[in-house]
Amino acid sequence: MPKQSPVPDEVSKPFWDACNQNKLVVQHCETCDRMQFPPESTCVKCESSSMGWKEVSGMGKIHGYCVMHDSRIRLLQADQPFNIAVIELQDDPDIKMFSHLPGTDADEVVIGSIVRVEFQDTEATGQKVPEWRVV
Amino acid sequence: MSVTQNAPASIYRTKEDLGVWEHRGKVAVVGIGHSPTFRRWDERLETSVGYLTIQAIQKALEDAGVKPEEVDGVVSSPKGMGEGWAPRPIPEDFANTYKPTDGDPNDGLDGASADWIVNNVPGLDNVSFTMHGPACISNALVVAAQAVGDGLAKTCLVVRGTGNIGGRYGQYGAAAADQASGASQWTNPWGWQLIPQIAFGFDQYCRKYGSNHDKMAPFILNQRRNGSMFPEGFYYQNRPEDLQITTEDYVSARWICKPMNLYDCDLPIQTAWAYLITTADRAKDMKQKPVYILNHCSQRGVVRSLVETLEETEAFTDSIAKKVYQGSGLTASELDICNPYDGFTLFTQYYLEGLKWHGVKRGEAHDFWAGDIRVEGPHPFSSSGGNNGNGRTRTWNQTDTMQQLQGRAGLRQVTIRAETGLAGAFTPGVSDWMVYGISPD
Repeated sequence: MPKQSPVPDEVSKPFWDACNQNKLVVQHCETCDRMQFPPESTCVKCESSSMGWKEVSGMGKIHGYCVMHDSRIRLLQADQPFNIAVIELQDDPDIKMFSHLPGTDADEVVIGSIVRVEFQDTEATGQKVPEWRVV
Repeated sequence: MSVTQNAPASIYRTKEDLGVWEHRGKVAVVGIGHSPTFRRWDERLETSVGYLTIQAIQKALEDAGVKPEEVDGVVSSPKGMGEGWAPRPIPEDFANTYKPTDGDPNDGLDGASADWIVNNVPGLDNVSFTMHGPACISNALVVAAQAVGDGLAKTCLVVRGTGNIGGRYGQYGAAAADQASGASQWTNPWGWQLIPQIAFGFDQYCRKYGSNHDKMAPFILNQRRNGSMFPEGFYYQNRPEDLQITTEDYVSARWICKPMNLYDCDLPIQTAWAYLITTADRAKDMKQKPVYILNHCSQRGVVRSLVETLEETEAFTDSIAKKVYQGSGLTASELDICNPYDGFTLFTQYYLEGLKWHGVKRGEAHDFWAGDIRVEGPHPFSSSGGNNGNGRTRTWNQTDTMQQLQGRAGLRQVTIRAETGLAGAFTPGVSDWMVYGISPD
């Protein structure tokens, strides 16, 4: 599915750069040993600025979903209806990401299914974004 | 640019265990004013947000029996909910009629800042205090209540106008772009916005408690029934036939984002409204029966990751309830009128269950709605009809609660005791709440 191209900023650039290398990384607070997503300039919990990045396994689980029929996002409208799934990472289920679940028909989602990350090009800039496919 | 500033964070009672509000019963609402409602702006001066805002303010002052010269404070929620007017040219008659706000020629078209109001409402010559409560009238009411309690103003207008220009709502700007920046870099590529968040959360709720979307029907139909008895509302004034939906209409409506359908969404409209708040001492001499403010509180939830999980939503609404009751000194059984926010309808059950109004516990709201929630009945939940029954403003629940306590809710007047009431908006994570009573004690 065509998607908007994310525009990396100073904080998010390592995440998007890793996507372009087909790697999934999550920001990590080195002070309180806690993953954080989306990334921030400091740790939301302990306010430390000692923030690094950890590559994660790329495995996850479908936490929940909805099925979009009338999106405000123009680029997505041609593909309606489509799934929007909430993925929880195997490395830390508190960390959530989104997916259209390529390969799974709209509203044929099984919550709890194991998924694996893959990376999809976006048209405007070529920036890759993470997507998730049921294993 | 508008010189009035947003309220500082310190004005909001966001923390639990703050005790009873220090100004409980010392501040009161004494005036309510609504302009006429319209579906969209037809670009006439007489239907502009600015014109409607002045109308609403004049009605609130008249309702209270207060002259504009007696007003010394204005708190505005300065932007409406729809698309901004810029970069379209300012209509000539609007530019010729109203004094613009320095640096913001669109002020009065998208909403009305406190500065625009002071500049353009005839007779507002003695205003010494202005502040903004952004995004929601409940926010502005909270700000004004605290400001009057703190002595920053004695007689304070609380105002919002909202516009709705042509085109598909929300499908402009970042939504129409090919790239996503800022916070939307994490969400827009997948189409995650507030609607999917609410739909996803509702699906989680139904799975946890064994409910389903069809069980929303009694609530939706009752919201529209209540709207049919709200003369200030959009549907009452413009489309009463749209309120006559059946259960079949509801359950067969097209999906917006399954499990959210068309009738779970509110209709954007063009209108303005105003309230007048003053000290309890002054309120005694005004035209209407005072509605005393017993508490205000706010929720500013922080989610762990990209989404608000059901567990977080329930924790947020538990916290709201705790603050509502702690700050007012009321218990759940002492809260008579319960008007939490309904736009979108699919999050209303979280408020009801968090508040435990009429004993409703987690997972029980949908069964409760299948009982008698009519205004004539024993459990008149959301007696305003909310946004769903009246159009998108986030204010009907405030007006209805005030009117119920004053005994002037007309056909909506509940038959149960109406001595205390609650209204607030917006989401479980970010919302502001007012508790009212007929007595200052």
